[in-house]
Amino acid sequence: MGKRSRKLVSKILGRVWRLFRRWLFLMLSFGPMPEHIAFILDGNRRYAKKKKLKMGAGHNVGFNSLVAVLRYCYELGVKYVTVYAFSIDNFNRKPEEVQGLMALMKEKIDELLEEEDTIVHKFGLRIDFWGRLDLLSESARLAAERAMAATANNTGPVLCVCVAYTSTDEIARAIKKSCSKKREEEAAGARGSIAVADLEKNFDSAHCPDPDILIRTSGETRLSNFLLWQSALTHLQNPRPLWPEFSLRNLIWAILKYQKAHPYLEARRRRLAKKQN
Amino acid sequence: MLPSLHLNSTLNCTTLNYSSTLLPLRGSRRRTRRDVANESLVPAAHPARRYPSLSASLAPAREEEERKEGALLPPPLRPETLPRHVAVIMDGNSRWAKARGLPSSAGHEAGYRTLKKMVELSCQWGIRALTVFAFSSENWTRPKVGSGFASPYLEVAANVCLVLYREGIRVCIIGDSSELSQSLQKLAKEVVDKTKNNTQIDLIVAISYSGRKEITQACQNIARKVKDGLLEPEDITESHIEEELETNCIPEFPNPDLLIRTSGELRLSNFLLWQSAYTELFFTNTYWPDFGEAEYVEALTSFQNRQRRFGQRIN
Repeated sequence: MGKRSRKLVSKILGRVWRLFRRWLFLMLSFGPMPEHIAFILDGNRRYAKKKKLKMGAGHNVGFNSLVAVLRYCYELGVKYVTVYAFSIDNFNRKPEEVQGLMALMKEKIDELLEEEDTIVHKFGLRIDFWGRLDLLSESARLAAERAMAATANNTGPVLCVCVAYTSTDEIARAIKKSCSKKREEEAAGARGSIAVADLEKNFDSAHCPDPDILIRTSGETRLSNFLLWQSALTHLQNPRPLWPEFSLRNLIWAILKYQKAHPYLEARRRRLAKKQN
Repeated sequence: MLPSLHLNSTLNCTTLNYSSTLLPLRGSRRRTRRDVANESLVPAAHPARRYPSLSASLAPAREEEERKEGALLPPPLRPETLPRHVAVIMDGNSRWAKARGLPSSAGHEAGYRTLKKMVELSCQWGIRALTVFAFSSENWTRPKVGSGFASPYLEVAANVCLVLYREGIRVCIIGDSSELSQSLQKLAKEVVDKTKNNTQIDLIVAISYSGRKEITQACQNIARKVKDGLLEPEDITESHIEEELETNCIPEFPNPDLLIRTSGELRLSNFLLWQSAYTELFFTNTYWPDFGEAEYVEALTSFQNRQRRFGQRIN
């Protein structure tokens, strides 16, 4: 078969696959759909070891998997996706691994912004970075700030990337801001104590609803200091596949499990909101 | 009116001290001989009031102690890898009762028995702290069935504290107990006061608790310190916040190593949000009243087999 006919077959198969996906997502959308999904991208290194790849290659494969999953999420109509890319605790790893991750981050951000047919341009994505950007390497920090500035006016779905982030650090920063503001308000004569809603306004995630689903791959069942406040009523899932192995099938199964638990979750969320007000 | 607690002043619970950083080895714990005359501390003034399973807990102290001293850690558990602090969300009492065609109160009674068993097992196996989620603040907005919906359940919870204090258990209560009745609040305060010197195991009972409110309360306390000039906002650290959290009542290990949630629900439900940063979560489909020794061993075995990395690499 010639090169041209192979290309044609590939194009047709690609189209058929996209049509099948659209039908599948339409079926799923008859049930309640999550507005916000959070991912802990666990298992890149174990995947590299399993496939006998060289050191650091697991994170590259993990990034490709992330782009695919983001594409499926946004096609499904999920408005917010948050990913735990790098924790403050991860700075304790070997320096070469940390440097490799910083370099990868810069490279992939540049790729997403500069290349033509990426999810940023296809979906009008807005990218936000949560965490202590001041702890990142200079080049990674500048790349993150460039991405936020370039996509600030986009009105499509939102990608929140947690880098140099821990939830306890986020809460501590929010408390610092709240206490500073309270002191200024009291100096101006205002009275009253800090409420739950006041504290929430000072979080990195202030403009984002709480996640509906939190997925941690590779079967580990812990939050590792990720979105502790925000995941009070989140449906927690821990599928067995490592992050590079997390596919469309796993995502659909995750959403089906969420849809099954949804009525109970929704009732609890309304009660929590009522109690806090 | 609930009976108030009268502890005999000669009752003295002392145990061997051991480093809080080491897990107790099997057989290293000794209980003191208790004064048998003091064993029945439920006043006879209210004999007619029925408390679930109270009679079972009035077994002679000596026999119970001998049984416990002989209790071994069941295989495959190893004492060096047991969690020091276990948290439990005791979910599923009502569904358990509904499945059996019983009223909810029967579910809570069965739940109380399960809790008592769990505290006993935790004591035997050397777990140093147990936090139980008795009643969330969100539960107050549940539709009430008749009057005094919460009252029997909370009385059961209070009786857990009443009965178990003499086992050397130190009871702490976290959450907002202002929504309890006056008599229950008074009883809770008495239990905490009377058991504060016990050292066998720390039992934290979370009543009307909300993790977000706890963090906000810590923020308010810190704001007060800032107002008084004791602290600058830019100097606030995570340690300052941890000191203000209610779980600081056990300063050695305020954060649970393992959190168990029964009845198949996969969420934290606003429980110990800050403290669960690195906690291993264990979810089981069993309803709380059915959570027995076998299920507890399964949870602890699962904890044992996990590789806790705290963000780092283990080669």
